[in-house]
Amino acid sequence: MAVAEKIAPGASSTVYHVKKGEQGTVLDIDDFNLWYGTSQALFDVSMTIERGLVTALIGPSGCGKSTLLRSLNRMNDLIDGLSIKGSVLLEGADIYDKRADVIALRKRMGMVFQKPNPFPMSIFENVVYPLRVDGVRDRRRLEETAEQALRGAAFWDEAKDRLQENALGLSGGQQQRLCIARAIAGDPEVLLMDEPCSALDPIATAKIEELIDELRGHYSIAIVTHNMQQAARVSQNTAFMYLGRLIEYGETRAMFTVPKVRQTHDYVTGRFG
Amino acid sequence: MTAELTNPTAADAASRTARSKRRTATDFAAEGEPFVWALGGALAIGILMIVGFLFLVMWNGVVTFFPKTIAVVTAGNGDVFAGEPVRSEQYRPTAEALAALQPTARAKIATADGFAGRTLYRVGNYDLYGEDFRWVADHDVRRVEYPAGLMLVERLEWGPFIGTIKAVTTGGGAARPAAEIGTAAIDAAHATARERWERIHRIERGDIGAVNHWLDKERLRLRKVELADGIDSAGYRTAERRFAEREAVLKQDYDRLAAEAAALRAEDAKDTITFADIGGKEKTIALSAVVRMYAANDLGLAAKLGVYFSRWWEFLADVPREANTEGGVFPAIFGTFVMTLLLVIAVTPFGVITALYLREYAKQGRLVSIVRISVNNLAGVPSIVYGVFGLGFFAYIVGGTIDQLFYAERLPSPTFGSGGLLWSSLTLALLTVPVVIVATEEALAAVPRSMREGSFACGASKWQTIRYVVLPRAMPGIMTGVILAMARGAGEVAPLMLVGVVKLAPELPIDGFFPYIHLERSFMHLGFHIYDVGFQSRNSEAGKPMVFVTTMLLIALIAVMNASAIIVRNRLKRRFMGSQF
Repeated sequence: MAVAEKIAPGASSTVYHVKKGEQGTVLDIDDFNLWYGTSQALFDVSMTIERGLVTALIGPSGCGKSTLLRSLNRMNDLIDGLSIKGSVLLEGADIYDKRADVIALRKRMGMVFQKPNPFPMSIFENVVYPLRVDGVRDRRRLEETAEQALRGAAFWDEAKDRLQENALGLSGGQQQRLCIARAIAGDPEVLLMDEPCSALDPIATAKIEELIDELRGHYSIAIVTHNMQQAARVSQNTAFMYLGRLIEYGETRAMFTVPKVRQTHDYVTGRFG
Repeated sequence: MTAELTNPTAADAASRTARSKRRTATDFAAEGEPFVWALGGALAIGILMIVGFLFLVMWNGVVTFFPKTIAVVTAGNGDVFAGEPVRSEQYRPTAEALAALQPTARAKIATADGFAGRTLYRVGNYDLYGEDFRWVADHDVRRVEYPAGLMLVERLEWGPFIGTIKAVTTGGGAARPAAEIGTAAIDAAHATARERWERIHRIERGDIGAVNHWLDKERLRLRKVELADGIDSAGYRTAERRFAEREAVLKQDYDRLAAEAAALRAEDAKDTITFADIGGKEKTIALSAVVRMYAANDLGLAAKLGVYFSRWWEFLADVPREANTEGGVFPAIFGTFVMTLLLVIAVTPFGVITALYLREYAKQGRLVSIVRISVNNLAGVPSIVYGVFGLGFFAYIVGGTIDQLFYAERLPSPTFGSGGLLWSSLTLALLTVPVVIVATEEALAAVPRSMREGSFACGASKWQTIRYVVLPRAMPGIMTGVILAMARGAGEVAPLMLVGVVKLAPELPIDGFFPYIHLERSFMHLGFHIYDVGFQSRNSEAGKPMVFVTTMLLIALIAVMNASAIIVRNRLKRRFMGSQF
């Protein structure tokens, strides 16, 4: 019954108890609404992504967490009939501004997808792709970046002897780590991860989680996950979404132990969702 | 208690057997078996037709060049003739023919339900008999023999001669009987004569052809100056003087070469050979006019194979003669190959760019749907209509304009303003472009969305995404479309007859004169060659085996080109598509 009360229109107001990052805020989402055609997918979402921290987005399927994540680097632009209201500020500048350069924006944000999506080219070319599209030709710089990114993604030791091999021949976990390397090769400020472990086995998942932990501090990470243990393990802040609304956004430990909203409690304890 | 216990088990067992019985008795139709059989049957019929067709073509094509024995037939009325048996069949003689027959022969035909057998002989000697082939009814044959010493002579003119060598004259001396000279010496003399003939050919076609080419070039240069400056200008007078000088030099060259050729020809005329047919009628021709001669009934297997392969080599590497029914088809092979290559070069970018725009850039709506339907319908337009369009638009409008702008000095004789290799390729490209567009669109649509998103997320622009990710991934599918287009285009004949294919092209489209590739030239094509040899020649019976051989060759050529394209595609597939997707 309490659940029904909470999601009634107009009655929703997010409860915040966010852990502030020491380096300030990187993304500021303000009253963000989004429609696919005529059906609204996001309702008045307001939240901040703290610099240098890992922010997890959790919630049942179809709650809008992926949509929210994909709004941050305007991947949703590819969808026909999309409309939005509100704003997303990246270091104070609205990314949905008419004059905003989408390509430049995406270069500041790396993205890792649910399903590994390496390109049909060699491992090396996959990793340096963000530099290639920038027109970088300098061989030395490309090689340095590739090594750095692959090391960052904990994939260097496995990949260093087969850089010229086709990336499509890698295993799923390797492909996902390659995609992470690709996402960080362009040296982005924010790393967006859309259920990066859902297609992986537990060992590969553990590796990726370890990796997220290592990347924290250097990058600001937003991660969508279905796996609440994962959210609890890797993130500092957790946002709980339900039916397109942000219900509660706060420090991860508190979210999983003493949530302030009944719905969050029900969800994290497995009572629904 | 026990009864109660056992009874249910018995009932269980009974019901179980009933169930299993019912299961095996499942209706045949319900299992879908008839449909499986129908599908399999349809496939089998299709395969049978294709295999049967290929077998027919191969069988007839492969044996064509194998030397046959020569039979000497003595007819009922005492006529004797020699010929290669071609085929036998049953026929029903007319009443008048039957009435004129011997009673025994008539009775024999009556017992065979009125059917009689007959055999077709290739008698050759067209210059003597006025016919190449002769039907002989079985009841009209008194005797068939295969005597040694009979020669089959392939000549440059008049088709084959069947008979014996009577005498040979060398160096203008007196004719000496063949028996006195010996076969080895005749063969040697023949080889010398052929060599000399080829030298004459080289001088007349090659060297004198080159002189004519340069002379033509000078004339055109002069005409160009005339058109540009006028006939009274100082420039024209200078050019005219220059032309006169050059012409004099070239004329000298020409005279020298012509004299050389004339001397060789005079020498050539001194070597003659005299044949006699089976009835003793004699025929004297130049020794160099004999392409190949062999004693058909005396050959061992090795010698037969020698003739066989020599004929194949001539067929593949030589130019045609005798209205295309003899000689080789090299110009046609070359023309077909070059045209198909140009077709692929033209159709691939055109089709791929169109499909890219339709699929990636155009706003999907009613207009794009209409365009797509129109493109698909284009594939159903009769190919001859493309030929008419190609002739009207490419040759007359585009080619005519090019001629006026760049080749004005050659007018009124057209350069690009008539059918040619380029216009043929472009016409066929137009004909096959729907195939490439449809295949490319399918391939583009099959590129996973996640791959595009991955590229966009890296900050790639739309074009970069298409260029680096979408196109490589779609490449195998695009190649499939190109292969289909190539197969369709290479086998097409009807439109080509309007836009550039000819019965006999004097020059190949690629030669040693600048600019080396002459796209404006008309060319020969294997498909048209089949039509021409089979249905347009003096005597279709002689052309029949050539039809099969040429068909075999065309199929082989297309198969080879397709196979190489498929190898390329499979390599791309391995590279661009992992097992993942």
